[in-house]
Amino acid sequence: MLKQCEGSHAVAATVALCRPEVICAYPISPQTHIVEGLSEMVRDGTLQGCEFINVESEFAAMSVAIGASATGARSYTATASQGLLFMAEAVWNASGLGLPIVMTLANRAIGAPINIWNDHTDAMSMRDAGWLQLFAENNQEAADLHIQAFRLAEEISLPIMVCMDGFILTHAYEQVDIPTQEQVDAYLPPYEPRQVLDPREPVSIGAMVGPEAFTEVRYLAHARQMQALDLIPQLATEFRQQFGRDSGGLIRTYCTDDAVTIVVALGSVLGTIKDTVDDLREAGHKIGVLGITSFRPFPTNAIRHATRNAHRVVVVEKCFAVGVGGIVSRDVRTAMRDRPQRLYGVVAGLGGRAITKSSLHGLLLKAMDDELEQLTFLDLDWNAVNRELERERQTRRSGPIAENLLRDLGVVAAGAV
Amino acid sequence: MMFQVRIHGRGGQGCVTGAEMLSIAAFLEGKRAQAFPSFGSERTGAPVVAFCRIADREIRLREPIMQPDGLIIQDPTLLYQADVFNGLVPDGYVLINTRKNFDDLGISERFSNWNHAHLCTVPATEIAMEHIGRPLPNAILLAAFAAMSGVVSLDSVHAAIRAKFSGKVAAGNIAAASAAYDYVKHELEDYACAEAM
Repeated sequence: MLKQCEGSHAVAATVALCRPEVICAYPISPQTHIVEGLSEMVRDGTLQGCEFINVESEFAAMSVAIGASATGARSYTATASQGLLFMAEAVWNASGLGLPIVMTLANRAIGAPINIWNDHTDAMSMRDAGWLQLFAENNQEAADLHIQAFRLAEEISLPIMVCMDGFILTHAYEQVDIPTQEQVDAYLPPYEPRQVLDPREPVSIGAMVGPEAFTEVRYLAHARQMQALDLIPQLATEFRQQFGRDSGGLIRTYCTDDAVTIVVALGSVLGTIKDTVDDLREAGHKIGVLGITSFRPFPTNAIRHATRNAHRVVVVEKCFAVGVGGIVSRDVRTAMRDRPQRLYGVVAGLGGRAITKSSLHGLLLKAMDDELEQLTFLDLDWNAVNRELERERQTRRSGPIAENLLRDLGVVAAGAV
Repeated sequence: MMFQVRIHGRGGQGCVTGAEMLSIAAFLEGKRAQAFPSFGSERTGAPVVAFCRIADREIRLREPIMQPDGLIIQDPTLLYQADVFNGLVPDGYVLINTRKNFDDLGISERFSNWNHAHLCTVPATEIAMEHIGRPLPNAILLAAFAAMSGVVSLDSVHAAIRAKFSGKVAAGNIAAASAAYDYVKHELEDYACAEAM
């Protein structure tokens, strides 16, 4: 049913339709309304056959999800930002053990400096943890990806993070088609685990593996993610047949057929980029957009194929690796290997800075003239940066950088010590 | 065409709920709508901004609203604290929660060449106290804004209130919304008469 609702609400309602059996969550910030909504549904009986477990930390949340999943229960949790970091050890265990947990990640920045706003640093901090990572462009896709994620995770026996932009999507009211229970049941069969802790047929899970087999176990995890590259498009096709709309898949292209310039991005910023590209197209520029839905596994071949005719690719990403540069752009570069195409990395929207159409418009005009640097920080306040660098040259004890910048910008009356 | 509304209020006044209800009202009329808050630490009394876009087709844009077609100002003291009119399009709608008029507020000069039917004030807090018993002006201002701009109907505002609230709170808000709608309609008729003279 078509509903005008908050993104978190749409995801909670959809996750409930996936018939989770155990939901564990640490309910304190950083958290979303998603688990709050689900806990209400468990309490009032809307969501039957599900145990909601309030735990004492994110580490406990993932640990409980691991235990629950190992007993054959469909398990779900959600977190964001520092919460994901706090569960990090268990995050690696979930994937290493091959347990198909589904977790919503309401993407947010990682501190310090303390910041509660949106970017993709949290997801990227766990990009190599062996989980699949799917990124939603809008709230409809965020809801839909959860249905596909349970099916996919259980099919390949690996956990999946469904990434949706914190605040920008989780707190946005927009229309979402919430499917019926019958539709979801027809698409998502009950969980049939590959491994299960069952007292009637005792096994152990979580063996210590030495050099004799560690590489093979890790390779098999990689092989399963590679299988997912085939499975993800199939599940998206089946999803369209069942639900009548396009959601998921590896990548999504927009106006790329004749595009000389292709902009690559993940998540909700794709909408703003598409609007910008429409304006640029009207002005006669051959420019298109490639959205990456599946970041892990990384769809190297699909991206290589989709960008084959472009002269240049501009990757706009809400994260970066300090000391190196772009994260997504490095993976995209691998997909474009041996080709004389230019690739520009653009870091944008860190810590909740709005990515505006007007800034993108200026950026892409420069890119199309090949006047961009290899790595660009969109809307970076160079004056503020240079003043701080100057302070550091002048004074040995120049003080904490974050406080200096806030005082410099007059954001707070942070008194000098 | 896209119609963009920015709501300025203070934490606790229901600024975000107001934007959400406007989006529900537009959705109920078959339009696409997107409502979202300006994200920040939420504190009672702190300045808060919320946004609502309304369009006939899918809304993909995710930037804050920087050039609003309409402004709803829930607390007139914000006029002297924040640049609430920043980016407002020429002849854009301005609705302020106050018993005063634009002259009393000392802002009429800024709007000297404006279409006067796009500038309204309504004592929403007083109306709220009368009908709801609490100083919650958001639904009332929405109805007043609907009366001024016609962007949604009063019926849709009522339906949006029912979607968000129930029982006595919903009934109080609906009665208050109707009162505010009539108040603004009369205000606009007075303008029209004054201009005809």
